[in-house]
Amino acid sequence: MGKRVLAIASGGGHFIQLMRLSPAWEGHAVSIATVDPSSRALVGNAPFFTFRDVSRADWWRIPLAAFDIARILLSVRPQVIITTGALPGLIACALARPFGVKSLWVDSIANSDVLSGSGEQAARVCSQVITQWPHLAKEKIDHWGSVL
Amino acid sequence: MSGVFVSVGSMMPFDRLVRAMDEWAAANPGIPVEIQIGKGTHEARHARWVRTLALPEYQARVAACDLFVAHCGMGSIISAIEAGKPILMLPRLQAKGEHNTDHQLATAKHVGVRPGLHVAADEADLKARASALIGASAPPPAPISRFADPAFTNRIRAFIEA
Repeated sequence: MGKRVLAIASGGGHFIQLMRLSPAWEGHAVSIATVDPSSRALVGNAPFFTFRDVSRADWWRIPLAAFDIARILLSVRPQVIITTGALPGLIACALARPFGVKSLWVDSIANSDVLSGSGEQAARVCSQVITQWPHLAKEKIDHWGSVL
Repeated sequence: MSGVFVSVGSMMPFDRLVRAMDEWAAANPGIPVEIQIGKGTHEARHARWVRTLALPEYQARVAACDLFVAHCGMGSIISAIEAGKPILMLPRLQAKGEHNTDHQLATAKHVGVRPGLHVAADEADLKARASALIGASAPPPAPISRFADPAFTNRIRAFIEA
């Protein structure tokens, strides 16, 4: 059956990048979580969840997003979390960390000059952080490849 | 639809792009233009507009258009490349309150240089480039496979299975 994997991303480019990584969890028990209900059409038969979005610009919504994400975590009980950002993915990794859940932060390919703000935080929260740009790799932040 | 499809993305308003392409539509009445305006306050008067689109409908519009005009977001860029459509972009600027950071300028610099991708410096440049690209039947981006490089996804798989 493989591992229980939660693949989680915000909307727009974050979700489109997550989908391009799909072969990574093929054969595992993956669940997908994002913000836009219409994205369900792209995930096939995997269990699909939505949560209320939040970003640094509307940080006061963090409790709403965290509540939704906690419910998803309780339902999925993932062993591994993979996220392409943004802030909600970081919240998922932070909430799951005390339970020994392994997490991978894939910093968005949009961050080509500096790592994203959430990506910098992810270095302290996630088991592994990777950048999609070789010139941004540094200690604890690896480069494994890119979605393009 | 054939013609021009314009998108500001799903997250933040970008009235500067909407207004510029609405003006372009007024100057080019023979070319169908549809603009996805998101949370912006400017509603197009000359082009058709829609506030948001379900992801499959958005992808269908990108696939059907002759030219895709968008903000410099990775969702727009990847959708254009996957659909094999030329894309013309106007980066969002932090100084104008169009995004939290200037990462779209970085995307323009590092990703916008790919063939089939075009970056405008400002609204006037955007309109001029839109006219040039639609007139010349701009060449599409090089095709890519449906998923990321297997070397990358295999590495993530190894992380999952470790």
